[in-house]
Amino acid sequence: MTELLEDSEAPTAKPATIEKVSIIISKGSLEGVYPGLIMANGARMEGIEANVFFTFFGMDAINKAKHEHVKVATVGNPGLHLATWAGGFPGMSALVTRQLEHAMEKLDIPPIPEFIELIADSGAGLYACKASVDLFELTKDDFIPQVKDIITVGEFYGLAAGGQIIFT
Amino acid sequence: MSTVTYAGAPVETDAEGFFVDPEQWSEAMGPQIAAANGVGALTDRHWQVIKFMRNSYLESGAAPSIRTLGKASGVPIKELYQLFPKGPAKLAAKIGGIPKPRGCI
Repeated sequence: MTELLEDSEAPTAKPATIEKVSIIISKGSLEGVYPGLIMANGARMEGIEANVFFTFFGMDAINKAKHEHVKVATVGNPGLHLATWAGGFPGMSALVTRQLEHAMEKLDIPPIPEFIELIADSGAGLYACKASVDLFELTKDDFIPQVKDIITVGEFYGLAAGGQIIFT
Repeated sequence: MSTVTYAGAPVETDAEGFFVDPEQWSEAMGPQIAAANGVGALTDRHWQVIKFMRNSYLESGAAPSIRTLGKASGVPIKELYQLFPKGPAKLAAKIGGIPKPRGCI
């Protein structure tokens, strides 16, 4: 115990830096997908190695047929401060999504398909979760070409070894 | 803040080594800053990125995002990361003598 305390107070200790992150994107709403993408892109911009693992509805962000149609959830989303009945109004989700996308474009935040391509080009690895792929009966052909592989949880932990894991 | 000497001239930098005053920079300092930050010999492609970053900052008061860097500098994203593996925007800003980019994108 004494030794441990002495160790942690060693004056030679360098400030820690993060060398690698593995980010899990599990939600399929616009506000569920963007934070993970921003974290992944931000990691690469700092020279940090990054992998992104898409699971459950988060896989919509890399699904060829769906990645252009990811929307803000307007029902059951207290952050919008919108009455539930109003959130369920036809077209409401599309309207709020358009507004948010417009605001993001002004800040130079790319739409999801472009953002994912940027992140892949920056050297981050994109992976789909095998359990979710099996559950939704998908194949590698359903995904954009930047997806490197469909991997198991075990393989994900192997890739993540030695780094930080961020679940979103 | 600290003072560093590049190409024989004293320069004010922040704690991370970014220039405080872009006016103190000259092109001759580039290779020395690059070497100190793990970027090898500067090629024309490196300079294209560095000058784009610097000129954008001097014109608009803010460094461009990585998205704009990839679209408008003439050097695509993949190559940007080959030229500057430890972060293209950050390193090009440092070598080009402008403050650290503050954007999240």
